[in-house]
Amino acid sequence: MKESISKPIQRVDGPAKISGEARYIGDMHFENRLYAKTLRSTRAKARILSVKKPPLPRNYFIVGKDDVPGVNRMRTVVSDHPIFAEDTVEYIGQPILLVVGPEREKIYDIITKIKVEYEDLPALFTLEDAEKNSEVFTDYHYEKGEPQRAFGEAATIVEDEFRTGYQEHVYLEPQGMTAEFRDDTMFVYGSMQCPFYAEGALTEALGWPAERIRVIQTVTGGAFGGKEEFPSLTACQVAVAALKTGRPVTMIYDRDEDIICSTKRHPSIVRYKAALNRNQDIVALEIDVLLDAGAYNGLSPVVLQRSMFSATGVYNFPHLKVRGRNFMTNNVPSGAYRGFGAPQTIFGTEMMLHNIALKLGIDPLEYKMRHALKRGDPTCTGGKIRDIVKLPEIVKRVTQMSGYHDKRKNGQKYHGIGISLFLHGCGFTGNGEQTIGSKIILKKEGEKVILKVSSTEMGQGAETVLRKIVAYTVDIPFENVIYESVDTGKVPDSGPTVASRTTMIVGGLLQQAGLELKDRWHEADKIEVTRTYRHPDYIDWNNDTFQGDAYPTYSWGANVAEVEIDPVTYEIDVKKISAVYDVGLPIDETALRGQMQGGIVQGIGWATIEVMKTDEGRLIQKNLTDYKVPTSMDVPEVECDFINNPYEFGPFGAKCAGELPFVGSPPAVAAAVSNALGVPIRSIPITPEMLMEMDSDEN
Amino acid sequence: MKIEFTLNNEFKSINVDPAQRLLDLLREDFGLTSVKEGCGEGECGACIVLMDGRAVNSCLIPAGNIIGKSIVTLEGFRKTARYKMIEKCFLDAGSVQCGFCTPGFVMATESLLNENPHPTDEEIKAGLSGNLCRCTGYNMIIDGVKLAAKRGNGLW
Ligand code: FES
Ligand code: FES
Repeated sequence: MKESISKPIQRVDGPAKISGEARYIGDMHFENRLYAKTLRSTRAKARILSVKKPPLPRNYFIVGKDDVPGVNRMRTVVSDHPIFAEDTVEYIGQPILLVVGPEREKIYDIITKIKVEYEDLPALFTLEDAEKNSEVFTDYHYEKGEPQRAFGEAATIVEDEFRTGYQEHVYLEPQGMTAEFRDDTMFVYGSMQCPFYAEGALTEALGWPAERIRVIQTVTGGAFGGKEEFPSLTACQVAVAALKTGRPVTMIYDRDEDIICSTKRHPSIVRYKAALNRNQDIVALEIDVLLDAGAYNGLSPVVLQRSMFSATGVYNFPHLKVRGRNFMTNNVPSGAYRGFGAPQTIFGTEMMLHNIALKLGIDPLEYKMRHALKRGDPTCTGGKIRDIVKLPEIVKRVTQMSGYHDKRKNGQKYHGIGISLFLHGCGFTGNGEQTIGSKIILKKEGEKVILKVSSTEMGQGAETVLRKIVAYTVDIPFENVIYESVDTGKVPDSGPTVASRTTMIVGGLLQQAGLELKDRWHEADKIEVTRTYRHPDYIDWNNDTFQGDAYPTYSWGANVAEVEIDPVTYEIDVKKISAVYDVGLPIDETALRGQMQGGIVQGIGWATIEVMKTDEGRLIQKNLTDYKVPTSMDVPEVECDFINNPYEFGPFGAKCAGELPFVGSPPAVAAAVSNALGVPIRSIPITPEMLMEMDSDEN
Repeated sequence: MKIEFTLNNEFKSINVDPAQRLLDLLREDFGLTSVKEGCGEGECGACIVLMDGRAVNSCLIPAGNIIGKSIVTLEGFRKTARYKMIEKCFLDAGSVQCGFCTPGFVMATESLLNENPHPTDEEIKAGLSGNLCRCTGYNMIIDGVKLAAKRGNGLW
């Protein structure tokens, strides 16, 4: 018997990354290349009256909307973002044109000499303003049970409201892309999560068939959702420039530019109205989710869906009425970010329950567990929790690890402990997986197996984990599994690398194909096995009514946070996070631990120090000096454990993992801060100023 | 302007604009692409090189300031036994994810252990505080450094 697949192995991309030999897009050489820089809108909303261009030196070019041979829109869920601005600009930082040429200094010089004449138009800057003006991009609803009747019969009705702010991804490698037109084909190289998204966008922007387009992912220095849809925009821009100039064109953002114009986590307001019965249990809930989508809707409708389907967390509320709206503002567009709308509503729901429990004088954990989902319960959209729910074991383990109950009893002011319970729906929302129909190929060549997928390694360990799944399944040495480079000309479309779907969905297909390959191993020297994803038969989802199973299964977790608040400065020091997760079965414990540690710390950042605000559409924190992310000095001790609960349809029982830790740490930290000061927390990031004010009100 | 300095233990004499950033000089004129640009403003440490043995952010140093100095990048450092030890320990501790921050952390670790071969946890945290990592949450990098200090007893 082989060792458990969970036992860690050395990650394959480790050595080249440590030695500095790994080549990211900025490290690649292209013969005869030109560089590009973007001229951006300085207005939040305006009509472009004229663009005055200076005379250009030889080999310098201006590339704009009239150079786009196909459709001047970036293709995504809602293809509303122009590749280059047309008659109007809708946010500060919106791309208008590129200046392209051999020397960067000269390019900057030309940019400063271009004069854009604007006529300002009335703009909207906040969610509240957008709500008042009914500037709605998307408006979704769903219901469960009979909420109206339940509210009519309620003993008590409680209302609450929560807010969350922007978050910038701060992938350490800024966005970068190079396009090269040769052999009648457009080659696009860059840092990205989803090469087939870029390919799709390029077919429309160029008006070419996919056969004439090759998108090649280069080593990607972090992404977290920030390189999901956004690179489709830069890919189209550099491709148009390469077509016009006939030379390779590279565009790499510096950090300030990246922060100003790239997508961010959606700021949110989430409102709750809870109907309690005589036993103080919540029998019905109304949830209203408001997201700031920014100037274009783009990917936001699906973010909103996940936000709404995650809004009941790990709980079963018998009657529900959920509404979600994406609002249009003249802010930089929001987009995909680890958790994809779920962190906003999970935070709200956890704190709503926490606040009600405190008001009732009940321990928050006890109150939460009274509402916890059990196997067989309906999901919020009327699907079914089919798999074993190990939440009670998770809670038991995490409370023991952290000494939660004793510490809570012996609490002192400025020292706090808090708990969060959470889940994450695995894979695409709704019928997304079914629509995408991921394909994978395994190819035996002698003793080797070539693995062909479009899943990208962006730091999360996909290459190591997927190779491991194949090696274990076919029962061949790890070194004999070759990971084909992710190039749309070479690999099938196994879907984007998002939604924590890679291990479970793509890994699951690889396992199926691997089993077939193993059976047929001695048939021939060369064998090719393919698989295409089909939803398990039991899953039923209606995307018009939002009824059924929004996800095939869920991963679960609980976090306990311990904090200390400085009594003078009110700075929050997160001392320790104890975390327990059910992700089915870990495929590689070290890789998984890495995801958990990193996700927890990113979540703490969002909940505490990562303040990003806008003033009339202009970002106030626009570089890493002003926008603070956690450093080694800020990180708590993190103790992390896993409860095995193998999932029938996941490879070796694995479910989703990458986003789960992000969802869990913010509400745990907020609950701990609430405990330390005896105040309710209703918005994140929790700033010292906010705490100081609340604490002095309290006194 | 003519600038003379040592780069990875080799004497160099070149003509450059003294205002040019050391980062660009290393990446573009010498092709030393282990030196990364994560922020260009001294916040992230991805561009760290050793200048006379001390870690500096090469994005903040004008080429004119390196006259007569010894600059070591990861391309030079990776030939040493100390590097091998750091590499092994980073691999074992799971210190690497996307890797864009990693060269900077390797150089910061060398500088830290060079000054203090047996650092406490707090000293490690302080020693790495100029380097940002968005993937790992730092604990697994700190573990890698601890392991290197322990296993590399005598190397530093
Ligand atoms: S690039 Fe030099 S510190 Fe970030
Ligand atoms: S490993 Fe990605 S930033 Fe550190």
